[in-house]
Amino acid sequence: MAERVRLTINGVAREDLVEPRTLLVHYIREVAGLTGTHVGCDTSQCGACTVLVDGDAVKSCTAFAVQADGATITTIEGLARDGELHPLQQAFWDEHGLQCGYCTPGFIMASVKLLADTPEPSDDEIRIGLEGNLCRCTGYVNILKAVRTASRRMTEAGGAPTGGAAAGSAAARTAG
Amino acid sequence: MAVTQLIGARIQRREDPRLVTGHGRFTDDRSPRGCCVLQVVRSPHPHARIRSIDTARAAAHPDVLRVLTAADFRSVLHGAMPVTPSFVAEKRQVPERFPIATEEVVYQGEPVAVVVARDRAAAVDAAEWVVVDYEPLPAVVDPIAALDPAGPRAHAGAPDNVCWDVTYTGGDVAGAFADAELVVHGRIVQQRLAPTPIEGRVVVAEHDPYDERMTIWLGSQNPHFIRLFVSQALQMAETQVRVVSRDVGGGFGSKISPYPEDYLVPAAAKLVGRPVKWVETRTEAMAGTTHGRGQVFEADVAVRRDGTLLGMRLTQTLDVGAYCGTFGAFQAVAVYMAPGAYRWRGVEGRTIGVLTNRVPTDPYRGAGRPEGTHLVERMVDLVARELGMDQAEVRRRNFVTAFPFTNPFGFVYDSGNYHGSLDLALAAVDYPSLRRRQAEGRAAGRYLGIGLSTYVEICGFGPSAPTAGATGGIALVEGAQVRVFPTGSVAVYVGTHAHGQGHDTTFAQIVADTLGVPMEQVELHHGDTDEGTGFGYGTYGSRSLSVGGMAVRGASLLVREKARRLAAHLLEAAEADVLVERGRFAVRGSPASSRSFQEVALAAYGANLPSGMEQGLEAVHYFDPANFVWPFGAHVCVVEVDPDTGQVTIERYVAVDDCGTVINPMIVEGQVQGGIAQGIAQALFEEVVYDPDSGQLRTGTLLDYLVPTMSELPVPECSRQVTPSPTNELGVKGVGEAGTIAASVAVINAICDALQPLGIRHVDMPASPDRLWQQLQEVRRP
Ligand code: FES
Ligand code: FES
Repeated sequence: MAERVRLTINGVAREDLVEPRTLLVHYIREVAGLTGTHVGCDTSQCGACTVLVDGDAVKSCTAFAVQADGATITTIEGLARDGELHPLQQAFWDEHGLQCGYCTPGFIMASVKLLADTPEPSDDEIRIGLEGNLCRCTGYVNILKAVRTASRRMTEAGGAPTGGAAAGSAAARTAG
Repeated sequence: MAVTQLIGARIQRREDPRLVTGHGRFTDDRSPRGCCVLQVVRSPHPHARIRSIDTARAAAHPDVLRVLTAADFRSVLHGAMPVTPSFVAEKRQVPERFPIATEEVVYQGEPVAVVVARDRAAAVDAAEWVVVDYEPLPAVVDPIAALDPAGPRAHAGAPDNVCWDVTYTGGDVAGAFADAELVVHGRIVQQRLAPTPIEGRVVVAEHDPYDERMTIWLGSQNPHFIRLFVSQALQMAETQVRVVSRDVGGGFGSKISPYPEDYLVPAAAKLVGRPVKWVETRTEAMAGTTHGRGQVFEADVAVRRDGTLLGMRLTQTLDVGAYCGTFGAFQAVAVYMAPGAYRWRGVEGRTIGVLTNRVPTDPYRGAGRPEGTHLVERMVDLVARELGMDQAEVRRRNFVTAFPFTNPFGFVYDSGNYHGSLDLALAAVDYPSLRRRQAEGRAAGRYLGIGLSTYVEICGFGPSAPTAGATGGIALVEGAQVRVFPTGSVAVYVGTHAHGQGHDTTFAQIVADTLGVPMEQVELHHGDTDEGTGFGYGTYGSRSLSVGGMAVRGASLLVREKARRLAAHLLEAAEADVLVERGRFAVRGSPASSRSFQEVALAAYGANLPSGMEQGLEAVHYFDPANFVWPFGAHVCVVEVDPDTGQVTIERYVAVDDCGTVINPMIVEGQVQGGIAQGIAQALFEEVVYDPDSGQLRTGTLLDYLVPTMSELPVPECSRQVTPSPTNELGVKGVGEAGTIAASVAVINAICDALQPLGIRHVDMPASPDRLWQQLQEVRRP
C-alpha cells in the first residue's frame, strides 16, 4: 500500500504517495525529478547518493522515502543560489576536483556537512570526513584541494556558506 | 603552428558547471514516455546446463509485460557477438556468444531470461519468480589449471580451453641467451581487476516502428562501434540506429566492447513495443561487467655481469574468461611492450589465451601495457638484485637513447628522453640521501624501500594500416567536422568520446587557437551517432588527443584556409599576402585593411565569392597518424613496510611524465593523478576473487572489492618533461593511462626493495598486509 510523505526538497514543499519500499534516492530522482543525486552501488559504499536530510549528510540509497516524512532535504540542485555557485561547487570547478562528475554531487554534499561541522578541517579531517565517498577518476588529490579551497574562501567570507544549505537545515533541525 | 594563446593554458573545464550543479546528462537521468523497466535473470552458477526455464508465474504478474528468453530473442537478434583480432589474429577457438544463454551458462552472471515490467519493483519481484532448472557442470576456475588436458572444459564438448597460443619472436633471442653470463627468472601474477567506474552501465532503447528507427541511449566509450555491432544484430541499417552516449560516469576500458544488455534492451523494446530501460546494479557490475588483467607471466632474462640486458623469453597466460572479449586479445600487447625502455638483442614472447568459467576480461586502463611494464620493470629490479647493482644504474646502462628506435618486435618509438625523466625523478627524491637513509633505517630495524618505474607506452591508435586488421576492417583513424555559421559561431563534431577527460575543453582550445576565435565561440559535440562524421572511433588507448585532437586541428585548418582565400578575395589581395592573426585576416604590410573572422563567415554565405568557391564554411577531416605515439616517464615510490604487520605506508610518490606537448596542464595532471591512484589500487588493494572450489565470485560488492578511499591514497608529486612527438604537428602524445601503467610496479618494486634484507625476493599483488605478513612468516621460519 502506498503511503503519504510530506517533505521539503530544496525549499519546495511536496506531498506524494510512495510505496513503503521505495528508496529515498529513487524518490528524489524519479518522483521529485532531481537527477543530480546519483547511485553508484547497492551496499552503501560509494556515497554518490549523498544528500542533506535535516542538515545531516545521508546516503539516500540507505533510507526509505517514507523515513524522510516531515524532513527538509537539500540535494545538489539546491546549493547554488540566484545563479551563484556554492563555494564548494566553485572550488570543485576551480581545482579540477572532478573528471567524469558522477561522484561529484555526493562529494559536494558530504563536504557541505563536513565544513558545517568543521569549518577549517585539517587534511586528515577532510580524508576521514569524506572516506564514505568513492571517486574512481581523480585519485582524490584535487577533491582534497577543492575542499581546502572552499574552506579557506568560506572562512574568509565570514563563516556560513553562501548557499544557505547548512544554515537552512540547521533551522529545520531546531524546528523539528 | 598557430599563434598559441590557449594551447598550453590551464583553462577551467567547460563541462563542470552542469556537473557540479547536478545537471549532468547521464543515461539514467532520462526516461522516454511510457518507459518500462527490464530486469535480467542471471546464472548463479559458473557453469551449468539449462534444463528448463519456467516463466509462467513471472509472466502472470499484473505489472509484467513480457518475460523473454533466448528463444524469443533469436527472432530479432542475429549472429554472434563480435570478437576482433586485436593483437592476436590467429585464434584457435572462439566460443560463439549470443547475448543470452540458450542451453549452457558459462559464467556466473550470464543472462538467461529478462523480465520487462511497468516498474522496477514489479520487474525485480517477477525476476525472482522465473524458475530455471540447472544441471551444474564442473567449472574451470583457474587459468593455469585450465591448461590441464584432464581438467574440465569451460564449454562442454570443447577440445580444450585454449583460445589462442602464439609466440612472437623479435631479434636474436638464441644468441642473446647463448652469450648470457646470468639468467634471471621471474614469475609475476597480475590479479583480475574490476574497472569499477562509479556509474554502472545503463541502457535505454526506444523503437519507432513507423519510421523504422531504433534509438539507444547508453554509456559508451565508442558509440559508433555500438551502432555498427547492434544494427547488424538487429538487421537494421546503420542509418536506422542512433546511439547516444552523453555524460558517462567513467569507463576505464569497461565501456568499449558491446555487452549482452546492449542487444537485449533494444531487442526487448522492439518485442514489447515500448521504450525499455535497464540499470545495472553494482552487484551485477562486479559479476557481469568485463574485468581486466588476470594474467600470469613467467620470464627469463639473459644478462651480462656488467648489467647489460641481452634477451628475454616470456610466457603470458591470460585468463580470457568464458568468452573472448570483443577486444580481449588487446591485452596480449603486454608481450610487444615487454622490452620496455631498453635495448635488447632479442625478445621472445608467447601468449596463451585461456578460457575459464568467469566473466570475460577486456581492456582495463592500460590494457596490456601495465602488465608489460610491470613485467620488465620487475625483471630489471631482479637483475639488479642478483648482480648487486643499483636499480637506477641497470636502467641507465640499458636505456634506449637514440630515436626513432625500433624495438625487437618492429614497433618504432617516436621520441624520448629516458635518462632525462629518470634524472628528474631521482633528483626530486634526492636519491643518494634516500639510499643513505634506507641503510641507516635497516640498521635500526626499519624497512624503507625505493621503487623505480621507467615506463614507455604505446598509444594513440591508429595508424590505419595495422589497426584495420586489428578491428577486423575498421581502421582506427579519427574524424572531425567543423562548421562555421554565418554569425561566426563554430560547432565541432568529433568521433572520440569524453567520459571525464575534458575533451570539450581541450579540443575547444585547439580550435580556438587554430581559427583565432575566442573559446566561447566554439561548441564541441560528441556522443551522438546522428551527428558529425559517418563514423567515430571512440576513446580508449589514450588516443583522443593525438588522433581525435589532430582531426579537430585538421578540420579547423581546412576551414581557416578557405576563410583566408575568401578574405583575400574580399580584401582584393593576393592569397599569399593574407595573414591570420588573432581572429583577423589582414594584408601583409597594411594592417589597416583586414576582416574579422565573423565578417568572413558571413561573407561565406553571401554572393561575393571568388570564382569556383562554394558557399558555406565547413570542413571534415579524417586524421590517420603515421605512427603510434610513445609517452614515457619515470616514477619513484618510497614506502616503509612494517615487518611485524605487513602494513605498507607510501611515504612519497614522485612522477615525472612526458606526454609531449601539453594542451591543458590542469587536465593532464588530473589524468596522471587518477591513473596513479588506479595503479596503486592494484598494487595494494584490489583483487577480484573467485572461490577456488565453487567458482563463485567472492568479491561481489564494493564491501569486498576494495576500491581505495581518500584515506588510503597518497598525494603524488607530479611534474613533467616535454619531448614533443614527431608523429603529429602539435607534438602531442597521450596521458590517460600513463599513471596506471607506471604505478603498480613502482609500488611493488619499492616493497621488494624494502623487504630485500629479510630475504623476500618478490611480492605479488595486491600486497595486502595479510599477504606480506604471511610471506614474512615464511622467511622467518627456521
Ligand atoms: S549509492 Fe548510496 S552509497 Fe552507493
Ligand atoms: S569524477 Fe569520476 S568518479 Fe569521481
